[in-house]
Amino acid sequence: MMAVEKTQQDGQCIETPTHHLADELLLDYAAGTLPEAVALFVTAHLTLCPECRARVKRLEALGGGLLETMEPTAAESGSFDALMARIEAGEPDICANDTRSASEETSETSETSEKTPPSLPRALQHYVGGDVEAINWQPIGLGVAIADLVIDRSGLRAFMLKVPGGRKVPKHTHCGNEYVMVLEGAFNDEFGHFGRGDIEIADGEVEHQPIAEPGTDCICLAVTDAPLRITGPFGWLFNRMSKL
Amino acid sequence: MDQCKPWAVIRFGEAVVMQVMNVLDAPKTVADGLHRPHPGNGDMPPYFAVERPRLGSNRGTAASGGRAGGSGKVREDTAVSLTPEIQAALLHDIATRGDRAAFARLFAYFGPRLRAFLIRGGSDPVQAEELTQDVFLSVWRRADSFDPNQASVATWIFTIARNRRIDVFRRGNRPALDPDDPALVPAPETAPDDWLEAAQQSRRLSAAMKELPEAQASLLRMAFYEDKAHSEIAEETGLPLGTVKSRLRLAIAKMRTGLGVV
Repeated sequence: MMAVEKTQQDGQCIETPTHHLADELLLDYAAGTLPEAVALFVTAHLTLCPECRARVKRLEALGGGLLETMEPTAAESGSFDALMARIEAGEPDICANDTRSASEETSETSETSEKTPPSLPRALQHYVGGDVEAINWQPIGLGVAIADLVIDRSGLRAFMLKVPGGRKVPKHTHCGNEYVMVLEGAFNDEFGHFGRGDIEIADGEVEHQPIAEPGTDCICLAVTDAPLRITGPFGWLFNRMSKL
Repeated sequence: MDQCKPWAVIRFGEAVVMQVMNVLDAPKTVADGLHRPHPGNGDMPPYFAVERPRLGSNRGTAASGGRAGGSGKVREDTAVSLTPEIQAALLHDIATRGDRAAFARLFAYFGPRLRAFLIRGGSDPVQAEELTQDVFLSVWRRADSFDPNQASVATWIFTIARNRRIDVFRRGNRPALDPDDPALVPAPETAPDDWLEAAQQSRRLSAAMKELPEAQASLLRMAFYEDKAHSEIAEETGLPLGTVKSRLRLAIAKMRTGLGVV
């Protein structure tokens, strides 16, 4: 998996200096060990990226293979009888029924292609309460706005980010890691062009100056693990601005 | 560093995962004899045309009495091994005729492994037992939704268990992909012989895993099943960080060899 070739479709995985980190994320996603904020990010990307969905599927196959090699732990006797008793008592199926593979999607493309698809994958709409127009933007200056989706105790944070079309984001580095995925519009920086579904990964060593493409606002999903050591909920971005 | 834990996980053995991906991307080898189509089943989909062992009450499984409480105890025969094809056939029998003997065999095989998986992930034995039953209750009820073209039985059960574990033990939501999402960018055509690959891949992977020395296999499981950063794994095992990484690389390299990928 070196450079991933571009296709005419939106949502391709693009080649970035750190593109291989995506595989690390996908492994943890397949293993089910990602924190919510990151899992949300990955899920949103998977919706837009058939290539990564296929990779997750293969990693899940590894999970199945690993399951088979587990050293079996014997149950107490009567385990199967207890299970059958639960079944016969009509107990409902309580496991989440969302394991259906996403590659069953292929059949319905023709009917949905006529309508413009929503900008936000359903996983995101669940947090936002609707599509893009439902986002509760908090302006943070220079026309840039954000809307928090998930903040966890470890400081991981998932949020929507809006940069007006044509606007330059001040040159900055990151004190933690940051993943950004474009959902509407596009931006360019020293590392290339980022359109819908494209991910840019930045860490403390990356300095860049994203410029939103003229026209529509550039709306992104971002996840950061920057420690929340700056006062105020939006301090991290103010901190960036101050580096201008 | 602690603040960065999830990302530390992400950095964990980058090269290792790249190699896993290579294994999983490996070109298919020639199918073995198990996949020979059954003559005279021309109108059946390929999966059901596979010649498979007859399953049923005369097969001498401990569950052959059928109903629970009938001829009684299901022996948890942990030594028995079921090929992916037999697993799929058992599930098919569960789906089409509510075959309890088939269900018992599947449970006898996967139950103890699932328990081990759950305990490994931090469940106590009581929780592990309960979750295992939850998962198998689902297996019984939704056996007909299993699609052998999409995944092996082991993988299917793994994903149900994985999601159940997250839902039970993690506070907050578990973002999940919705295959009906209108925003979903569809995949190009699926390869027609994927059904072969799922079972084959599963068997090859587990065979390769069995060949691994325990020291390496356990690190791989730790990486896959436990919510641990590489530094935590090093701490827990008492191994230097570099050794953890190099052993993992070695493990994956051996898996590749085992899979016939050089």
